[in-house]
Amino acid sequence: MIQLAWLIPILPLIGFLVIGLGGKKLSKKLVSFIGCGTVLGAFILSATIFFQLNGSSTVVKLADWINVGKLNVGFSFLIDPLAVVFMLIITGVGFLIHVYSIGYMKDDEKYDRFFAYLNLFIFFMLFLVMGDNYIVMFVGWEGVGLCSYLLIGFWFKNTEYNNAAKKAFIVNRIGDLGFLLGIILIYVTSNSLNFDAVFLHVHNNASNKEIYNLIGILLFIGACGKSAQIPLYTWLPDAMAGPTPVSALIHAATMVTAGVYMIARSAVIFVNAPIASEVIAIVGVSTALLAATIGLFQNDIKKVLAYSTVSQLGYMFLGLGVGAFTGGVFHVMTHAFFKALLFLGAGSVIHAMSGEQDIRKMGGLKKALPITHITFLIATIAISGIPPFSGFFSKDEILAHAYNHNKIYWMLGIIGSMLTAFYMFRLYFLTFHGGFRGTGEQKHHLHESPKSMTIPLVVLAVLAAGAGLLGIPNVHQHLFHEFLHPAFKSASVWIDDAPKHFSMDEGRLMFLAVLAASAAIYTAWLLYKKNNLVPIQNEIAISKFQKIVARKYYVDEFYDAAIRKPIDWISEKSYMFIELRIIDALVNALGNVVKWAAGLFRLAQSGSVGFYMFAMTIAVLAMLFVKLF
Amino acid sequence: MSAIQIIPLNWYVTLSAILFALGVLGVLYRRNAIIILMCIELMLNAVTLLLVAFSAHHSDPTAQVFVFFIMAVAAAEVAVGLAILMMIYRNTKSIDIDILNKLKG
Amino acid sequence: MTHITITQIMFCVLSLIAITSAALLIFSKSPIHSVLYLIVTFFAIAGHYILLNAQFLAVVHVIVYAGAIMVLFLFVIMMLNLNKETETHKPMWIQLMAVLAGGAMLVTLVGVLKGAEQMNLKQANDVNIGLVNNLGLVLFNDFLVPFELSSILFLAAMVGSVMLGKKTIS
Repeated sequence: MIQLAWLIPILPLIGFLVIGLGGKKLSKKLVSFIGCGTVLGAFILSATIFFQLNGSSTVVKLADWINVGKLNVGFSFLIDPLAVVFMLIITGVGFLIHVYSIGYMKDDEKYDRFFAYLNLFIFFMLFLVMGDNYIVMFVGWEGVGLCSYLLIGFWFKNTEYNNAAKKAFIVNRIGDLGFLLGIILIYVTSNSLNFDAVFLHVHNNASNKEIYNLIGILLFIGACGKSAQIPLYTWLPDAMAGPTPVSALIHAATMVTAGVYMIARSAVIFVNAPIASEVIAIVGVSTALLAATIGLFQNDIKKVLAYSTVSQLGYMFLGLGVGAFTGGVFHVMTHAFFKALLFLGAGSVIHAMSGEQDIRKMGGLKKALPITHITFLIATIAISGIPPFSGFFSKDEILAHAYNHNKIYWMLGIIGSMLTAFYMFRLYFLTFHGGFRGTGEQKHHLHESPKSMTIPLVVLAVLAAGAGLLGIPNVHQHLFHEFLHPAFKSASVWIDDAPKHFSMDEGRLMFLAVLAASAAIYTAWLLYKKNNLVPIQNEIAISKFQKIVARKYYVDEFYDAAIRKPIDWISEKSYMFIELRIIDALVNALGNVVKWAAGLFRLAQSGSVGFYMFAMTIAVLAMLFVKLF
Repeated sequence: MSAIQIIPLNWYVTLSAILFALGVLGVLYRRNAIIILMCIELMLNAVTLLLVAFSAHHSDPTAQVFVFFIMAVAAAEVAVGLAILMMIYRNTKSIDIDILNKLKG
Repeated sequence: MTHITITQIMFCVLSLIAITSAALLIFSKSPIHSVLYLIVTFFAIAGHYILLNAQFLAVVHVIVYAGAIMVLFLFVIMMLNLNKETETHKPMWIQLMAVLAGGAMLVTLVGVLKGAEQMNLKQANDVNIGLVNNLGLVLFNDFLVPFELSSILFLAAMVGSVMLGKKTIS
């Protein structure tokens, strides 16, 4: 069955081709059926492989591809625990989101195109995580960037959405440059791009730390672009312009975790690159804090969730940076569940509010949207890190490793955790509690979402609540760790990423974390539930500091002034001086020279017979002359 | 005794060259198309004279046969040339070659 | 240079006649006069042919050139009434250039052909090659194909001139 693994990405690709080419002629029902069916098929296959895996690692080769000199790259897939975890997440959560989209995009006229793009995205994402070498991963990497662009700008009639899509693509590309340089360096040092060969080489030449540090930093730059870390995170909040299922799938559960996957996969390189790992940890924790502070003052429901995503990604990178590879991947999984749930719930709320996204105009929705309310609450508790829900276990593992590495990281992580709990519950209370603050017409239209939207919510809630069971240290065997560990076999010789036993130290840390989170939740409850505080409608009265944070620390404006304006200036000057004055002048001069020479030759065509005869005589004379001498 | 045994070949060369040069001069000098055609005939004749002189010198009849053919070609050429001239005269009422410059580039 | 033979005198006389007529041909004002001068030149050249014992060629020369071609010229001149003098001469500098070109041509030709005689200085053995029967034998044995081809040439010339000379019915 593992040999059939190549079918897994092919199924969504077939879905994309069928729907993309024939979507206009197929009925909506058939489009939904094909769209969801292919992803479901991929999920079933992935699940089968999961049960058959037993910690093994197999390479399934589909076809030869590049065969130049020493470079030998094929279309082949590596099926090992790490890949299977991601495959399950992508296809599982992806399937639920596909089902959700049936209800959410029901009234959209470009329904078939949406499903086509979603299927294409699943294909590329699977390609990314299943690849056996850096090139296949890079193909998937670029492909998901493309799909992100297509899907963010799905409602392309609006220029703002198009600009957001362009911004996402361009910022991604900046990261991709780093990634590509990293790949080139990897090839230069280890003469191969297949994971097995590269990791073996790194294993054998572990003393060469400088080059691995450089490779590590370059790869991390790529991850920054894709996974929205500082300084390349500005595209993610703007990407909320896309439909909510897109935000859930791409910008919460899967594409943004591609960077995490890439670093986890290259774990062998990073354990031999201490400086690079340190950089990752620092950037991760800074991003976590920065995004959390911005999230405190946002008033758009999706923007809060976007900054929350950036923040949680920071945690994942913090985990990878301090060596908790399984912890980081565990957090990817739990985050996929509760973040997707949050986004889908937000979509349900927006749907019910007839398109309103400002939380200042919502309130008291818990009566009108019961299922949405309960599932949203579960997800919010999970993200705040309260046991027994899943977020607690994954975040705790990361923080435990961070404590062992450097106590400051732990401290900052706890602060970030408090802020997360605070703003998430702020969001929850403002949306679902209190009196309704919207218009009368919106109130009239309030309704719970159809089954196609609520069933995925319920499934995800169960997962968000229960997935923590996979990661409880030592009460049970840490199942997740046991499953994933073989994938990091070669890396784990250097690092000890096994979860700690339930020692006193660890217990104290867990207690502190829960205490901090609970304190934050209590504060939120006080402000927003008991005192019914509503963020001010206009911004005249708020303090200067609050304004800076609310305006996202003016980072976008800074990029605009520091980067875009100089580049525009250079481009304009180049056009005026180099393009017009030099290149155009040269080309025009060439044409003019030809014209001038032709004009000169034209004088010979005087048309007068006498001149022609004269010329003939002179020519004969010249010939004879030459013969004479 | 044939003249070629008495008169050096050089003299025939000179004579022929003079006649040819006169023909060239006439072609470049005059504007009347008919005169130009006649000067062309003169040039041809100079050449045939030289050919016959060489033929007599080398006792080779090939050159004389060649002269024969030159004469034939000259006749044909005059016929067609005069026909063209007549067409030009019909169109432009003049045979001055300096006014035939419609193909000016 | 001791004994001036009659042949040399004949050569000089004929040459003078030829050159003078040619010069007069170029510089005469009336086209009819030019035609007549050309006929005189042809006769002089025919005389040269006889001196060189190319009898057949001499006769054919007179018949074809003076008899046919010049008559054709006269026909055309008289038909188109071209007996007027040419109105304008070419500009002086063009005339000068023409003279220079002619002179240069003369010098070059003499120079080029100067060394021709120094090659095989053999004695003229057979003086009878210009006679009709000898020439005829060579013509019809070695040069039969060109002879036949020249008939096609004449056909083409005939068709061409008739077609060109026809008045178009407009």
